[in-house]
Formats: sequence, structure tokens, C-alpha cells
Amino acid sequence: MTGLMSMKRVGALLSSFAVCALGVAAITASTPAGAATGYQKQHAGGTVKLLASTAAGTLDPQVNYTLQYWQLYQATYDGLVSFQKVAGAASFDVVPDLATAMPKVTDNGKTYTFVLRKGIKFSNGKTVTVNDVLSSMQRLFKVSNPNAGSWYNVIVGGAACLTKPATCTLKGGVVVNAATNTVVFNLTAPDAEFLDQLAVPFGSILPSTAPSKDAGDTPLPGTGAYEFKSYNPNTGLVMVRNPYFKVWSAAAQPQGYPNEIDMTFGSTVESEVTAVENGQADWVFDPLPSDRLQQLSTKYASQLHVNTLTADWYLPMNTNLAPFNNLKARQALNYAIDKNAAVSLFGGKLLATPTCTILPPGFPGFVQSCLYNKGTSSTYAGPDLAKAKALVTASGTAGMKVGLVVTNDPVNEAVGQYVLSVLNSIGYKATLKPQSANIQFNYIQNTKNKVQISLTQWYQDYPAASDFLKVLLSCSQFHPGNDNSINIAGFCNKTIDAQMNQAEALELTNQTAANKIWGQVDQALMKQAPWVPLFNPKQIDFIGKRVGNYQFSRQFYMYVDQLWVK
Amino acid sequence: MRQLRRNRAAMLALGVIVLIVTACLLAPFYAHVIAHENPFASNITGTIRLNGKTVNVLQANTQGLGYGVTPIGPTWHFSNYFLGADDQGRDVFARLLYGGRSSLYIGASSAVICVAVAAIAGVAAGYFGGAVDWIVSRIFDIIWAFPVYLLAISLSVILETNGINFLFIHIEQGSLTIPILIIASVFIPYVGRPLRGIVLSLKEREFIQAAIGSGASDFHILRKEILPNVAPTIIVFFPLMVAFNMLTESALSFLGIGVQAPQASWGTIINDGLGLLYTRPLVGIMPGLMIVLTAGALNVLGDGFRDAFDPKAKLRGSI
Repeated sequence: MTGLMSMKRVGALLSSFAVCALGVAAITASTPAGAATGYQKQHAGGTVKLLASTAAGTLDPQVNYTLQYWQLYQATYDGLVSFQKVAGAASFDVVPDLATAMPKVTDNGKTYTFVLRKGIKFSNGKTVTVNDVLSSMQRLFKVSNPNAGSWYNVIVGGAACLTKPATCTLKGGVVVNAATNTVVFNLTAPDAEFLDQLAVPFGSILPSTAPSKDAGDTPLPGTGAYEFKSYNPNTGLVMVRNPYFKVWSAAAQPQGYPNEIDMTFGSTVESEVTAVENGQADWVFDPLPSDRLQQLSTKYASQLHVNTLTADWYLPMNTNLAPFNNLKARQALNYAIDKNAAVSLFGGKLLATPTCTILPPGFPGFVQSCLYNKGTSSTYAGPDLAKAKALVTASGTAGMKVGLVVTNDPVNEAVGQYVLSVLNSIGYKATLKPQSANIQFNYIQNTKNKVQISLTQWYQDYPAASDFLKVLLSCSQFHPGNDNSINIAGFCNKTIDAQMNQAEALELTNQTAANKIWGQVDQALMKQAPWVPLFNPKQIDFIGKRVGNYQFSRQFYMYVDQLWVK
Repeated sequence: MRQLRRNRAAMLALGVIVLIVTACLLAPFYAHVIAHENPFASNITGTIRLNGKTVNVLQANTQGLGYGVTPIGPTWHFSNYFLGADDQGRDVFARLLYGGRSSLYIGASSAVICVAVAAIAGVAAGYFGGAVDWIVSRIFDIIWAFPVYLLAISLSVILETNGINFLFIHIEQGSLTIPILIIASVFIPYVGRPLRGIVLSLKEREFIQAAIGSGASDFHILRKEILPNVAPTIIVFFPLMVAFNMLTESALSFLGIGVQAPQASWGTIINDGLGLLYTRPLVGIMPGLMIVLTAGALNVLGDGFRDAFDPKAKLRGSI
């Protein structure tokens, strides 16, 4: 998920899928969010006031790929399975949600059989049926889900749906039986991460009456503890309690505390911080301005929560457009950028770490290395401007114009200004193009906009190497002319793709060997330099003084519905 | 001119303007010879020597939880980050001087274009009347129908994004020519209309009628009779338009649709300072002061011109 953000997890590690899935859920002894000491009714009620400088695009959970709304979807939508709503590492665990239990996995991992819970209703009062499950899976293709071509195409019939989305049936791929309330997924090949992919918001079960196109600003009914009452991208959105919600699994979808959750758009980040300081709001979504961090870390230290993330801030370079269709030009920028400078602009070394790889530290497959570095150290030592300038000269791209597209919040724009300065210093004529975060993420994906380089972020969908390497840099994720082409660099290398597929297949039987290959893929990609990885950030949540019960999921970050304001 | 010289306020304003213009013209000298800094390049991880010690240009917070990085404040050493650094580690004083160059250049250039075009159009409309007057007046009406800033912002958003590519005119995105043309265009009616009115009035005067009656050509009448009578008004307009245009440029640059990074103008520096109001307020305050000082001086000078050349004019109310 992107910086308005993105996510994933290493699923299958064992040869038996059923054992694996059940095991993952069983191993964790964690307690559901909001139920650390049981649901505390005395804290129920009130309105949580969230602030974001802009909206984050469509509200459709099967299209939107931003952290800003994925955090909200946790309380509004459910899939057959979901990530456990607990704090800490156990939040990576997949648990049954609308399904009664984890699926029965047969046929060497190619068939998943779910039993749908009975009596669950959407927020419009309609009962959830197996037909809703089928239509939701078909809808993923009809609405051009960003990952339809890399995740869900493993379902039998998925390939045909990619070719002709409008007539997608997934015949033979998703088989439902209303009498037994079962849903059977047949896959073309075993997929170690299939459950993770069903557990993210893209796997949300929506009413079969949901439109076959991006719902845009229109809220769709869901099954979560809350529903979207209204959404206006210019002003804000309102979530209220789903009148039909009853807790069926606190681990999957706990009861929330506030009666209403408002997210207001349109203020500057500076104003948002002031509003929280003054008790007029409860939380700021946007990266906190560096100027305010000193004040916050001294005067409001108790209201700051800092958590480690598996995420990248990076500069995808368009590998199909000059000057970055030239390998030497891409390598030059990798040498030229001082990642420590970017870290400073984000708030300093306590809040971010320079990175040279695509995979974040600690991730499956991560290998400490730094290909573009001052010296030969495997950790980042600094830029090498002389080498960068020599590469620009050798590439024959010196003097070319370069447009850098960034979002217009203070932190992104500051990093953008720095990159602009570097581009000019190595011989390009660079211009900065700040855009509203509401449109930037989709804008930079669409090849029609001819974006040469941009600044963006990626936050794991689930902790699997494929979520960074395959999702962001495989051929199947590059869709020219489409707003949902998450391979922003437009990078496609068949040899590296084959390596990725090999690693993914190995995950089923030998995770260690798979991790080794993922590490090699990371290195191979960095040799081709489709990105400049900048740093791995930490998440800083600044919450209001009145707010209690802050819980941080490593999967979906702060649970907005578990906050106490009463 | 003698009357102007007797006007102390106007002379003081002129002195202030000359001082500011001179300082701004010396910006490259200050940056490269005195401060040895490139005010357009980020210097985030750089260091400086201050009182014998090496100091980071951007300094990590050491209080509380220790989050955040703050640019160095004013050193008050003329050759070394005199007014401190901005969030990119750039010398604020050097940028202030360069910013002044951009702001004054845009203000003056757009005022020249605006007043010249407005004078030609206004005089032509007033003198020739008929179809010429109708066409020019309707164009003025259309431009006047939009609030100045709204029109300037709309044009800037479009033209700063794509540049200007029209027939043989090609102006690159980010060029200073774009804000100059935009600002000049939006103010043309505000100068052209009063000039048209003056010419309409002059045309009825006896000396013009006599010139027409004696068979003088239109060109001769315009050059010998009309222009000398309109010139004082044009001269009075000029400093006022420089001030107005400079303010408009600053507003557009503050909004990010005027002068483009890494170039600087006083408006862009205020924008840079906005993010540093809590820790380094001078970054935003100094360019603001410079704008106030320059615009104020230009207005006082404009008033001086009016008193000297066109004492009956009521130009201020017309803009």
C-alpha cells in the first residue's frame, strides 16, 4: 500500500496449508484489540476527530490502495479471513472473519474451502450470502483492482477475467453452494500468500449489488462495526456505527468504542498539529512537519507514539522514458542522492534509517548491502557525486529536462526540493511538480502522464518479500495507460520475473531457500536501479490528550475504532 | 522634477528603492565572493565554521525525545549564514537578495509590459472610438470581470504546468517570463481604462479639434498632442504598477504557482519560512519585511510622481 501507503505477509511456510493457517492463528496468544481486559463499555461513545490534509481518492475498498483509507477499512469491511485485530507482531496473523474457520486446504494447496458464517448483515440490512462472496471476487477484476493481475489471477478463470473484465465469471475458480453455505476457491497453482491476499481490504465482501465499476465517492455497504455515512473528498468523511453489526469474532472484527469517526480534509499539516495540541482534534494522519517535531518531542512527548515500520520512501524512475530509460542515468542518481539528507528532512535518525535495498531490514529475504555507496561498505556511507556525474556524462543524458512529481505536504515537498537540487547538480534541468496527495499516487502510475521520476512510499500489505519485489517491480504489475499500475517505474525484466516466480513457488516447501532467492532478486533489481530507495521510516502518531487505548497493529497501524474519547 | 526633488518623502522612498535594488543586484557577489554559498543548492548535511567550531547547518534536536531537525539560526556574521538557513540548509540572506532580484525583475518587467500595452490600447480606444473602442473596451470588460488574483492563479496553474506553446511562442515551464506575462495581462484594464477616459476627454478639447481641423494626420495628433498630455499619467502609473505587480508575484509564488523552485523570490521564501515559523521565524518574516518596505517605498514614490506630474489625477481609486 502506498504513502498515502501499501501492505502483505509471508503466509505459507509449511507444506500443509490447513495446518499452517490454523497454526498461525493458534500460535498467537494475543488478545483482540479493545478487549485487552474485555470490552470496556464505560469508554464507548463520543466522536473521534481525525485530520488529513487531503482525501485519498476513491472510497472503494477494492480499488483504493492507500494506508489512509486502509486504516479505516479495518473497521468497516471484512473478508472471509482478516488480520487479527491485536497490537504488536500478532497482528500479522490471519484469522477467520466472515468464514466460520480457517479454510480446509486440499489438492496440494490448490483448493480452499470456506464455510460462510450465517446471519451476518451488511450495513444496508441485507444478509451476507455466498453469492456476495462470488460477486466480490468477480468485482476485483471488473474494477481493475491494482493487484488483480499479480494476486487474484491465480484463481481459476482469473486469466480470462483479466482479458475480459466486464464478463468475468471466475467459472470453476470460485464455486459457491448456498445450501451448505460454502465457498470453494480453485487455484491454478498453490499460492503461499493467498490467505494474506484475501485478508487485505481488496478481499472485502461487498453486496452483489455493488457497481461493477469503481464506486468513487459513493460509500459501499460493509459488514464492519462501522459504516461510511458520507464522503466528500473536499471536506471529509464520517463513519458511524453499523446498526446491524454484532460481534462474531473479536479477533477479526471487535466492537468499536466511538459512536462516530470523522476525518476532516483541507487543513495544512501545521494547522492539524495545532488542532491536536489544542484538543480540537484527536489525530493527524500526515507526516508531521520537521519544524514541529522538536516542540512535540519536548512539550507533548506523552502524546507521541513512534513505531517501527516495514516501509520504504523511494524515488521510482520511469524506465521507459528519457533520461531514466538509460541504466547509467538511473545508477547516477542512486550514487548522487544523500540518503542521510532525506532522513534529516523526515525528522532525523531517530525516525528513519537510510536504506540501499528494496526490502526493508528484517524482512524475509533481506540482505544487508549497498550497491551505490561511497566506498565498499555494505551499510550506507554517503553519496558519490563524482561517480554520479561521470555516469551522467557517460549516459549522454546530461542537460535533459526532468520533472519530479511529489505530494504537496511539507515533508514530501522538502524531500522533493532536495532531490531537485541533486538532479540539477549532476547535470539535469529539473523541475518540481507538487500535487495534492488526493491525486498524486494515481497520477504517477499512469504512463499517459509521462512522469519521469516521483517520490512515493510503500508500506507492506503483509510481510512477504513478494509484496515489495513482485508487486512493485514485476512485469505483471505494469499496466500502461492505467491509473492502477503499481509498478510505477514501469520496470520489466523477464529474467528477474522468472526468479521471482521461482522464489514464490519455493515458499511452499522451503522458506529459507525462497528467502535466499528473494534476496538475490533484490540485488538483481538494484543493479538495474529502477528506484532510488531513500529510507525506512518509523510511524509517528500524534494523538490528542483526551485519547486513550492507543493500539498499534504492525499490519494496519493505529486502530482508529479502538480509541477512547470518553 | 524640481517639485519631485522637493518632496522629502518621495526622495526617501527613492533612496530606499535604490538601496534595495543595488543590494539585490549584488546578490551573486555576496553569494559567491563573500558567503561562498550556492543559494539554489540544498546543503542539508553540510557544516560551517562558526566561532572556531564546526557546526551542522541542520541540527538534530537534543531535547525531550530528541525528534526533529532544525536549521541553524541567524549567526549575525555577515559572511556566514547571516540570517541562518532554511530547511534545505540554504543561506537565507543570499536567497533574500536573489529573491529580491526575481521579485523586482518580475514587478518592473510586468509593469513595463502592462503600462505599454494599456497605453497603446487605451489611447487607441479613446482616440479612434467606434469599432476600435468597442473591441478594446469589451476585452477590458472581460478581463475586469474576473477577480485579479483568481484570474492570475488560474492562468498560472495552467501555464506553469505546461509552459506556453502557441504558434511561434515557446516558453518553458518555470521561466520567469510566464509570471511576467500573466501579471502584466491581468492588470492591463486597470491602467488602460483611465487612459482611455483621459483621451476621450482630451479629444473634445479645442487644441485637438484645431489640429484635426487643420488636417493633421492621426499619427501626428497622437504623437504631438495626445501623448504629451497622457505621459504624466503613465509615469505616475508606473511605480504603482511595479508595487502592485510585485505583490501579485509574491502571492503567486507563495502559492507555488509563480517563481518555481529552486529559483527564489520573496514569495517563495515566505513559503519556505511557513514551515519554519515555530523554530526559525525570521525565514518567513524577512522577505515579508522586504516586500512591505519595497511596496511602501514604491507607493510613496508614486504619490510623489503624481503630485509632481499630475496633481489632479485620482489614480489610486481606479486600481
